[in-house]
Amino acid sequence: MKKSHILLIGVIAVAIFIIISTAGDASSYVTFSQAKALFESGNTKKIHVVGELPKDSAGEVIGIERGEDMVSFSFLMTDSNNETRKVYYNEPMPPDFHRSEQVVVIGGFRDDIFIADQILLKCPSKYQEETVKVTGVKTLD
Amino acid sequence: MINEFIGKAGHLFVIITFISALYAAGSYLWASIVKDEISKKQWQKNGRIAFFIHIGSVFATALTLFYIIYNHHFEYHYAYSHSSKNLPVYYMIASFWEGQEGSFLLWIFWNCVLGLILIFTSRKWESPLMTVFALVEAFLASMILGVMIFGVKIGSSPFLLLRDVFDDPIFRINPDFIPADGSGLNPLLQNYWMVIHPPTLFFGYASTLVPFAFLMAGLWQKKYKEWIRPALPWTIFSIATLGLGKLMGAYWAYETLNFGGYWNWDPVENAVYIPWIIQVASLHTMIIFKKNNTALKTSMILVIATFLFVLYATFLTRSGILGNASVHSFTDLGLNGQLLLYLLVFLAISIFLLSIRWKDIPTTEKEISTYSREFWIFMGATTLCLMGFQVLIPTSIPVFNAVLGWFGIESNMAPPADQVGFYTKFQLWGAILVAILSGTGQFFFWKKMEKSKIKEALLIPILLTLVFSSVIIMVMKIQNLTYILLLTAALYSIIANFKILLGFKAANIHLSGGSVAHIGLAMMLIGILFSSGYSKVVSLNQSGLLYSRDLSDDINRENVLLFIDETRKMNDYELLYKGQRVKIDGVGGYLKKNHFDQTKESHKVVAKEDIIKNDKVIIQKGDTVGIRAENTYYEIEYRKEGKRAFTLYPRAQVNPSMGLVVSPAIRRAVDHDLYTHVSTIPDPEVEVEWSEPETISLRGGEQFFVNDFVAVLENVQRVVEVDGISLNENDVAVEALVQIYGKNETFTARPVFIIHNNMVGNIPDIVEEAGVKIALTNINPQEGSYELNLQTTQKDYIIMKAVEKPLINILWLGTLILMLGFIMAIVRRFNEFRKLEVQ
Repeated sequence: MKKSHILLIGVIAVAIFIIISTAGDASSYVTFSQAKALFESGNTKKIHVVGELPKDSAGEVIGIERGEDMVSFSFLMTDSNNETRKVYYNEPMPPDFHRSEQVVVIGGFRDDIFIADQILLKCPSKYQEETVKVTGVKTLD
Repeated sequence: MINEFIGKAGHLFVIITFISALYAAGSYLWASIVKDEISKKQWQKNGRIAFFIHIGSVFATALTLFYIIYNHHFEYHYAYSHSSKNLPVYYMIASFWEGQEGSFLLWIFWNCVLGLILIFTSRKWESPLMTVFALVEAFLASMILGVMIFGVKIGSSPFLLLRDVFDDPIFRINPDFIPADGSGLNPLLQNYWMVIHPPTLFFGYASTLVPFAFLMAGLWQKKYKEWIRPALPWTIFSIATLGLGKLMGAYWAYETLNFGGYWNWDPVENAVYIPWIIQVASLHTMIIFKKNNTALKTSMILVIATFLFVLYATFLTRSGILGNASVHSFTDLGLNGQLLLYLLVFLAISIFLLSIRWKDIPTTEKEISTYSREFWIFMGATTLCLMGFQVLIPTSIPVFNAVLGWFGIESNMAPPADQVGFYTKFQLWGAILVAILSGTGQFFFWKKMEKSKIKEALLIPILLTLVFSSVIIMVMKIQNLTYILLLTAALYSIIANFKILLGFKAANIHLSGGSVAHIGLAMMLIGILFSSGYSKVVSLNQSGLLYSRDLSDDINRENVLLFIDETRKMNDYELLYKGQRVKIDGVGGYLKKNHFDQTKESHKVVAKEDIIKNDKVIIQKGDTVGIRAENTYYEIEYRKEGKRAFTLYPRAQVNPSMGLVVSPAIRRAVDHDLYTHVSTIPDPEVEVEWSEPETISLRGGEQFFVNDFVAVLENVQRVVEVDGISLNENDVAVEALVQIYGKNETFTARPVFIIHNNMVGNIPDIVEEAGVKIALTNINPQEGSYELNLQTTQKDYIIMKAVEKPLINILWLGTLILMLGFIMAIVRRFNEFRKLEVQ
């Protein structure tokens, strides 16, 4: 067997290993009930849950609780199956948190609380202006 | 009036850009195919003229777009969305490429520059080479074309009017409506790096086309070996520019953007990392070919892969397919189909050319000896490719989901939850191998090695490495095995390459670019190892607090809460948050924010009192001065044993459309950086809730307590002017001077009591930082006493995080040495190419 063949086999082996381990480490988008089931079956892998913040009739976000010293907080989130759960995040609350349209939490359940390691916020018009600001109109003659 | 002419002119230039590129591609194509020498010359001339017209129209397009931005034509969407009136010229230049269209234009521009150089230097290569170039230009120009053909939108023009983009009711009322100001350049990007990072990065992107075009020309014209010599210096140039662009981005992210560090394994970062590392691999196989004629096919495949991965990166970042997966991809312009077509066309061309020529390409059946330099370099290139592959797979997860979706299979795969940990796990081992190979490979590179001499030559470097690395491991108390291996491998690479460097005679030092570059790379690895592997959260407090009452686990808090004027212990320091600061245009240093009042214009403020610095009044009371509106700096004094050690000013921008954007302040020492950033501040958009008013009556000079502060009513004086309005004869106004004494800071409030047009009123003064609102509600002349109304709220606070990053300067120093090595190598290869041409 030539050395180049051995090298080729080695490279293929490493490539397959990379693909398999990526598949193993890849996370997934799930609902709260699936995430809860994972926790109960002893699976501690971190998963993504996408949801929204529940609001009261006046449009105010409900269920945000700031932790001691304000360096952590917890909130309620409703997933795509309309299930609402408490999510805990060990970082201070971002000031624009309650304005977010969509929240992605990455983490997993511990008992009945979802512990988020990371939160991604999708805020309205964060990168693209959708409407024109009409304040300060320049009148045209 | 809406200036429609300029936009139409711009659009016309874009169309000329596109058509001239197509025509140039066609002419050059024909010039390459036709046999007859005279018509060959003629068509080549045609192609040249068309490409010059192309270059001219690209310049005209760019100038038109800049004219629109520079002259604030906000009736145009591009100017409205990316610029505003108060931007200085250099940020107007930056807003030029903030949007997708402008950045495509920048890319097209760089290709023109490269094309121009190649027309005059590539001689017999010109026609086939420029065919590829002009075709790429046509594809890029089509992205900003903005025309409808058979109901299909081709490209997104930067010259669209605002009213054609936004379906806003205002345009139905008044179609000629022009916004008074633009929505501005994203404040996050208002930084000098935004001026220099994108042009460098896009120059790097553009330059990957040169080796690819030489290869295509070589395959096409059956010059299977000749293409390498001109492509080699361009490959090094491209690696250097793309690498510099990436490193600028990394430094920018570290210094300003606060993405958590200099490299985050974000999909957009990965998308650039893959072609770069493959290109480095291609450079090495090309060098192998130059030394002993092997690895030709591998070089071809890698050069093609580099260019295609650049196109793939373009697709990933601009198609919107990454969606939520990335913090800094562009917005979706609906160009997905076009971007995909661009990628697939060049994939097809490359596969076609390579496969019809495959059998013709000369190969050697020589078996590579383990003791040859080629073997070691080839192993290095293989490792680099595998490192690229490892990043490619997870970065493409959104693409896999999309592709499965087309077949009706719903896939919910998400990128790994802990991206940094996931990638590091693999890339660390790649880095160890690369460091070992780069040390050993360089040895073989310069000396023909006999089996018996190997031990002799490597003995000293290995011994030195072991000595140095054991000392460092003991001093720095490194316990992680992979870290120990990486450190040792990187040290070995530095020492081995250094030994080679010493072996060069002074006259040949220009040949040592490779050694210098490898030393730089190994230093970067050491810098990354310590600054990331041993980065330490210093604001950590093992509080023993619980997750929440419902859970029993302990948790370490990584942030600290600082109330204004209160010291708090953090690690070896006491921290004191002293208040909010601003920077005023034309005046150095940080000034107190509460000394200024906001005017109606967002970037203008007016001074509430004389601002004194070094016993000189630098701004007079009532002066209106310019300010970067979004920036607030938070003065944090670090103290040791009660004395000020240093002061940091981390920054936050509160912007209605972006939310809170924070930038760190960095305390730089030779052996580490102390990185401090604000995590959160009170939301400025939430209305302040004041307590029930408390009324007190007191005389001048008397003390009282408010919000835990001691305060003194210093005096009450009659004033003749209130809020810039002169009072009538019958009016009376008095102003109380209240000093609020904190432990470290003194705050001033000046409430006003006023009788104006026989109406009694008062103007309360708010001291935001102290959370105090004071009104002077009554004056009792008989008793000489005054009535104050006190209201309080939460004192100002910040929550901050501090991280120590050891030895990060080795990383930055390594990047400079790496760049030096690249420059030496480019000069050397270019001279070789020139000498050959002269012969």
